[in-house]
Amino acid sequence: MNNGSVHVELGRRYHFAASHRLHSPQLSEEENCRIYGKCNNPYGHGHNYTVEVRLSGQIDPTTGMISNLADLDEFVNERVIEPFDHRSLNEEVPAFRNVVPTTEILCIEIFRRLQSFPHARLEAVKVVETSNNSFEYTGNNQRTQT
Amino acid sequence: MVYLTRKIEFSASHVYHNPALSAAENKRIFGKCNNPHGHGHNYTLEVTVAGEPDPVTGMVLDLKDLKELLEREVMQRMDHRHLNIEVPELAGQIPTCENIARVIWNLLDPKITQGKLHRVRLYENSDLFADCYRNGSAGRS
Repeated sequence: MNNGSVHVELGRRYHFAASHRLHSPQLSEEENCRIYGKCNNPYGHGHNYTVEVRLSGQIDPTTGMISNLADLDEFVNERVIEPFDHRSLNEEVPAFRNVVPTTEILCIEIFRRLQSFPHARLEAVKVVETSNNSFEYTGNNQRTQT
Repeated sequence: MVYLTRKIEFSASHVYHNPALSAAENKRIFGKCNNPHGHGHNYTLEVTVAGEPDPVTGMVLDLKDLKELLEREVMQRMDHRHLNIEVPELAGQIPTCENIARVIWNLLDPKITQGKLHRVRLYENSDLFADCYRNGSAGRS
């Protein structure tokens, strides 16, 4: 079904909890401490992350859906939630072995992992680290934020 | 450009069932949502209008007008209703978040004359929502 003059996106939110430490081996101890502050604690700390995934596509007239939610949930759980939930991002996720797992980098990594979803086009990934901090990545998509 | 957003909440029941599919296919595709007795949600609707503030009133549009429009077009039509049975605009469609949001977009868009409708976001719950934008706006196609 053609959506007519309307562009429709499906938004789904997922949750995981993980620990991380912000520390760059390219910086001195003092610089790490100055730049990252409490987040540089060598024992790490954690957050309850919320991941918002937005997808666009035609609404299938048979199901009324852009993407079957069960397919999307399985894809996101397998690629993001299972490998990240209750893990140390620095130590247990190879993608963060050599980069600082800031939530900016995390957001880009999640976008990269979900980009190949076969049933709809990935428009954006937003990661909410705390109720005060959130990050959004849209790849090469041109968008207006609201 | 300023983006103004108004939020309302309504409660409604629905069922996902496509008569063109077998009972087994309906069950497989729609799962719990296929329960013939229906089920319901507290929907949250966010309507965003874009425009320049009027130099005299300082408003993109009068919120009172938007509130009345949402009351008339959405609340009276959908609040405490069965979406499959009582909302003619959804007849013959599966009342998913995507389809309900699109129906709401089509109801509101021609009636917003001050500013332009920018986004309709409809939450079925805090973890599931659909967004509608105008085709072609900011790279959207």
